[in-house]
Amino acid sequence: MISRFGFLASGEGASPVVPKPAEIIVGFIAFGILFFLLRTRAVPKFEKAYKDRTEAIQGGLERAEIAQREASQALTMYQAQLADARGEAAKLRDEARVEGAAILEQMRTSAQEEASRITTAARASIDAERQQAYNALITQVGAIATDLASKIVGEALDDQARQSRVVERFLEDMEKAK
Amino acid sequence: MHTLLREASDGFVPPSSADFDFAPIFGNSILFTKPVLMVFLSVIIAATFFIASSRKAAIVPSKLQYAGESVYTFIRNELGRDVIGPEFMRFVPFLFSLFVFILVNNVFGVIPLLQFPTMSHIGFPIGVTIFSYVCYHYVAIKKHGLGKYLKDICFMPGIPKPVYLILTPVELLTYLVTRPLTLSMRLFANMFAGHLLLLVFVLGGEYLLMSGILLKFLSIFSFGLAIGLSFFELGIQCLQAYIFTLLTALYIAGALADEH
Repeated sequence: MISRFGFLASGEGASPVVPKPAEIIVGFIAFGILFFLLRTRAVPKFEKAYKDRTEAIQGGLERAEIAQREASQALTMYQAQLADARGEAAKLRDEARVEGAAILEQMRTSAQEEASRITTAARASIDAERQQAYNALITQVGAIATDLASKIVGEALDDQARQSRVVERFLEDMEKAK
Repeated sequence: MHTLLREASDGFVPPSSADFDFAPIFGNSILFTKPVLMVFLSVIIAATFFIASSRKAAIVPSKLQYAGESVYTFIRNELGRDVIGPEFMRFVPFLFSLFVFILVNNVFGVIPLLQFPTMSHIGFPIGVTIFSYVCYHYVAIKKHGLGKYLKDICFMPGIPKPVYLILTPVELLTYLVTRPLTLSMRLFANMFAGHLLLLVFVLGGEYLLMSGILLKFLSIFSFGLAIGLSFFELGIQCLQAYIFTLLTALYIAGALADEH
């Protein structure tokens, strides 16, 4: 009896473990085709993607490392610069303080000098004025005293000659008294 | 075809190995049966998918590339690198094709409309096994030379001499007969049995549905089981593809190893 579905040469009792040569060949060829296609078209591309990815990751890591090194270098540099700047600022401040003190001292000295100069000048002018006043007083005191004396002594002293004699004697007395 | 036949018969005819035979779709050519066309379809599907998904080979993969790459990475690293060792890269394309080819053909068993695991025709597993068989012998002979390879197989070092009386035939049989036989038989038998199991529940459900009112209800369970078992089968189909590839990788690793 032929198989229910009329497969050639396979009777009803054909064992499923008996292979059909055609199917072996088909399986062999079909797999061969797939193997060839995947080997030439798919696998190299997958491997390329792998390689690219590995490189990308490694490259990224290297770049990150370089960047980190640069960053730390920059940090050290900035810190050094900052320290420099701080030192400089402190120096400037010290200098300013010293300078300020100097200026203050100078101003004080000059003020004192000015003060003493003014004092001296004032004293000199006072002396001069006193001398002037003294001189004026001497003249006036002479006249007043003469006046007074003439008043006290009366007309007796009208005579010019007598008068100057009396005055001179008076002045001499004053000089002596001095 | 089944339905016609079943309506013609009186009682329930359980599915048999005859249900795995397909008439040529046209003419008498054996090249135009459903399984043969499905095998070629699997090549088209697998090649298209993996070539398309690997085409751009971008560093940041698209969803398609990621899907393809996941399968490739799995085979490359789990079966290639971890099993074979440092020389694995030579064998990755082969292992990858092997896994993909068997997987697609197996999964056909639960794809609606196709619903036939092509590997349940023993010819196809044998066709693939030839590749594995030739591959691991070729690798070993190329690495150790034919003489040393045969000597290593026949006389495993470090064994008391009398044991060779038993061990040598066993080893020879293992390398030359058992390995290829079990490789193809395991795959074939799993797919065959799985498909037969599904047939039992589907045809049984169909038969119940055509029977009396009470039995019509029972057909729900039969169909339900068929659906549940389909998922179970999907697991087995993936597993068998994995096992076939794993064993091939192990045989290659053994061939590359310095001592057996």
